[in-house]
Amino acid sequence: MSNLFISPSPHNYSNDSVKKMMYGVIIALIPALLLSLYFFGLGALIITITSVLSCVIFEYLITKFLFKQKSSVMDGSAVITGLLLAFNVPSNLPVWIIIIGSLVAIGVAKMTFGGLGKNPFNPALVGRVFLLISFPVPMTSWPLPLESRFKYLDAITGATPLGIVKEGVKAGETISQLSSQIPSHMDLFLGQMGGSLGEISAVAILIGGAFLLIRKIITWHIPVSMIGSIIIFSGILWLVNPDLYIDPLFHVLTGGVMLGAFFMATDYVTSPMTGKGMLLYGCGIGILTILIRVFGAYPEGVSFAILIMNAVTPLINKYIRPGKFGETIKK
Amino acid sequence: MFKTFKKGGVHPPENKISAEKKIETLQIPAVVTIPISQHLGAPAGVIVKKGDKVKTGQIIAKSSGYISANIHSSVSGTILKIDETLDSTGYKKLAIAITVEGDEWETTIDRSTDLKKEIKYSSDEIIKKIEESGVVGLGGATFPSHVKISIPKGKKADILIINGVECEPYLTSDHRLMLEKADEMLIGIQIIMKALDVKRAVIGIENNKPDAIEHLTKVSKNYQGIEICPLKVKYPQGGEKQLIKAIINREVPSGKLPIDVGTVVHNVGTVFAVYEAVQKNKPLIERVVTITGKSVKNPSNYWVRIGTPISALIEAAGGLPEDTGKIINGGPMMGKTVTSTEVPVTKGTSGILLVPQQESERGEIQNCIRCAKCVFVCPMGLEPYLLMPYAEKQLWDEAEKSKILDCIECGSCSYTCPSFRPLLDYIRLGKSNVGKIIRSRNK
Repeated sequence: MSNLFISPSPHNYSNDSVKKMMYGVIIALIPALLLSLYFFGLGALIITITSVLSCVIFEYLITKFLFKQKSSVMDGSAVITGLLLAFNVPSNLPVWIIIIGSLVAIGVAKMTFGGLGKNPFNPALVGRVFLLISFPVPMTSWPLPLESRFKYLDAITGATPLGIVKEGVKAGETISQLSSQIPSHMDLFLGQMGGSLGEISAVAILIGGAFLLIRKIITWHIPVSMIGSIIIFSGILWLVNPDLYIDPLFHVLTGGVMLGAFFMATDYVTSPMTGKGMLLYGCGIGILTILIRVFGAYPEGVSFAILIMNAVTPLINKYIRPGKFGETIKK
Repeated sequence: MFKTFKKGGVHPPENKISAEKKIETLQIPAVVTIPISQHLGAPAGVIVKKGDKVKTGQIIAKSSGYISANIHSSVSGTILKIDETLDSTGYKKLAIAITVEGDEWETTIDRSTDLKKEIKYSSDEIIKKIEESGVVGLGGATFPSHVKISIPKGKKADILIINGVECEPYLTSDHRLMLEKADEMLIGIQIIMKALDVKRAVIGIENNKPDAIEHLTKVSKNYQGIEICPLKVKYPQGGEKQLIKAIINREVPSGKLPIDVGTVVHNVGTVFAVYEAVQKNKPLIERVVTITGKSVKNPSNYWVRIGTPISALIEAAGGLPEDTGKIINGGPMMGKTVTSTEVPVTKGTSGILLVPQQESERGEIQNCIRCAKCVFVCPMGLEPYLLMPYAEKQLWDEAEKSKILDCIECGSCSYTCPSFRPLLDYIRLGKSNVGKIIRSRNK
């Protein structure tokens, strides 16, 4: 008989592992990836590959040569950051800009804090916001879907539905006047609209989101509270003045709401640790998104809303604790 | 819808591979080693010496303190030595080794198998008889049963809860006992009901044992005041606080005992031992033990005399499998690993589990990814992801404030963690240190 293992209980483990969860997320992103290739073709391909490769390579170089540890790229989190960063940018973004974005996302937002599990802010969003502020023009020229499939840097661009609404309202037009320029709700649902690679198709994201929920990789709290609060808050504004404020369904289907609700806000490291905390977090994101979209300077607010709530997460974790057993005494 | 506790819990694979095996009697070994501390509380005091001849059922160590229990010889023979011996805790503790000669029982013990239904004794007499026979909690905690049934002044129980849950994977000793000794168990329950002066008892059984539920429901119709409550299969359904919450929806407050919410919980094995103690004058000298594991040839259940080395059990089940990596005294969630096959079966041994090599190693520890799974599964509402760094960094005040002492050490957190972090190891460290600090504070 060979030597016996001695260790304290428990002696068996659920088959969960970080790797399995990360690869589950990657699988859930496949529908959105396929649709982005369908709508944006060449540009989507180049940007996705560049983003994923540079994120993985930067993480490998930093962990191996700067930290002098075993490289952590096999756990899949760098691949996910790469995919999500790619999904947050327009498909005609030059390669060198995406590489800078990867360096910021992995190097600054994740590795400076200590690697997986230690970052306070969502790395892909930090990368995206950095690029938006540093390179505002390339980051806000949106290729039109289907028309630019075989072009890359010379793609034909146009305004996104959110952009059309923002500019139109600023110029004094009413929603009903603008409605001819905005895609129908069905088009928005399927993805026939301008926007970043991953955010356009709500149906693809829903399929991925359902997969994540079934596999218990995410819980319902954040998607429901985020989308729910967006519907309620924008719904109130719409009911008050439908000519000035567009309907809630439009808000849910455009911009980064769907991608944010299922893939970005649900990031474990930067979201709260209790169900109640997650609900509060999701509501905060929803309200901030609508505030920025309607009353703020940018047409899209999801990235900023999530990053702001990431900063609030430690506070939520401190004050919203799980109910301890034995605190509610029933006889 | 089956009742269960709401907060937390996990569902490890059940692997009840020995559930169909009738309990057989294991052959008495050549030598038994009986530790003097097989229960919570003070170890018993030895009252025999080397060379003494003892009979089966004779008392060999006396309870020494309020929370303590008597120890009886499980065999007849000669005392071989009284020495520090390795036991299943991994430490060497004082134990009485007896060379077996025949199987001569004490004459006061009634060895007949006929059912004795009439309970002739008063409440105090019952408690005295249980104390004399050294019965302790056979679910694994080994708390002296006569102490549990002696309700302190000012407190009252209104319901008795019986734990037939056996939520640990692999273990089936309670299951078989419920199927094979149902009448004796039910009389035992009535005995305890009389001692506690309660009119109502509920037996909780997880619904992965439908035959036990059906059988007991049928038989309990002949016994006044006893109900059966089928429960959802969820670990740790057998934890007494979770069981009380599931069956009667009362939550035992932090730091308090079940009697503070009007109930007392006993395991089905203990209840059977109470029947034998009160109706047959038989002290606790043997118990049902499951020997099991994926590579074991004949996973089965045996009546085993206390003090039998576990090697005897392993031989009876087909020998030690080639690929054994770990030997566990108990189930996979809360059992203790054993360092040698010569350690004895004690009152708290409900099963011996042999784990294959490939399932024995722990995964490599990674960073906490803050997935909150440990928070969602903790049945006591604690936050293991915080308790572990508190213990690591020795922040005992914060650990105490976060109610680290409420932890029931069920292992659900470590079971679930996708980063293979040894959460429970550090929580145990924290509990022991915080406990020390509190004790020195109260001095």
